[in-house]
Amino acid sequence: MTAPEPVQRIKQRRDGALRALVGGVPYAGFLGIAFDRRGDELTGVLNFDPKLIGNPILPALHGGVTAAFLEVTAIVTLSWSMLWDDLESGRIDVDALTPETLPRLPKTIDFAVDYLRTGLPRDAYARARVNRSGRRYASVHVEGWQDNRDRLFAQATGHFLMPPRDG
Amino acid sequence: MTDEPSPRARAAHQFIAALPHCRALSMSVESVRDGEAVISMPWSENLVGDPRTGVIHGGAVSALMDTSGGAAVLSHPTAPLNTATMDLRIDYMRAATPHQTITARAVCHHVTRSVAFVRAEAFDEDVEKGPVAVANGAFALDRGKRP
Repeated sequence: MTAPEPVQRIKQRRDGALRALVGGVPYAGFLGIAFDRRGDELTGVLNFDPKLIGNPILPALHGGVTAAFLEVTAIVTLSWSMLWDDLESGRIDVDALTPETLPRLPKTIDFAVDYLRTGLPRDAYARARVNRSGRRYASVHVEGWQDNRDRLFAQATGHFLMPPRDG
Repeated sequence: MTDEPSPRARAAHQFIAALPHCRALSMSVESVRDGEAVISMPWSENLVGDPRTGVIHGGAVSALMDTSGGAAVLSHPTAPLNTATMDLRIDYMRAATPHQTITARAVCHHVTRSVAFVRAEAFDEDVEKGPVAVANGAFALDRGKRP
């Protein structure tokens, strides 16, 4: 019987891989999007900044910011789910993982955003669910909220072309 | 018909140009009148989705589509007071060529009392290659008091 892996090493590996993944998307950094991780579950966090405002009179988040936040969350969550098994089985060496050596990101085929409420000038959160992930295509649903998890301000569904996999 | 922009179109122009996020993306209003808006967005390192290719992130194209759609609605001859996106679907046809400006043209092709329907297309500088993305949206209209 082998001893369980030390918790620090597990966290280092997973957080390191997530950092490499998110750090590889300059636009996510520009918008101020970060990711919280609990086990394999990711939550996108859009840190509020005045430059995210669309309508200064209301004021409200720009609809394009909302769309971009949900799309970034969908792509990162989908990539993360592809990466997870390779990461946990040791097929990917996290120390060698940089934005340059990560597997390619899925490409968006289409993305449909449903705006349910005004995006308020404060932080927003999003979680994505991969409803289908095949060899070539994936379908992802993503929900965004601000103050209350049950009061979504936007949701979206997108289809993604999966990057070619070796082997 | 005259080529002078109407006061309405000029107001829409100024309104869009003042939106903080549009300034952050360096969007520029090329034209906006009579329910049609053309808005461009230069390539920037900040907007890249994958640094290995330099291709702009789909989310930035969404922001451009949403802005041009909203501008088209506000410039509609029926003069809505304000608008908010209800639904926006974008199809990404091809990767935009890095370092090229993206230009979106949105047309508000139908309005009801409370909803405007919009079609939009976004091109990079290789116009002959066809659009990089197309979009369809529904926008809620604020027409002030209800009768």
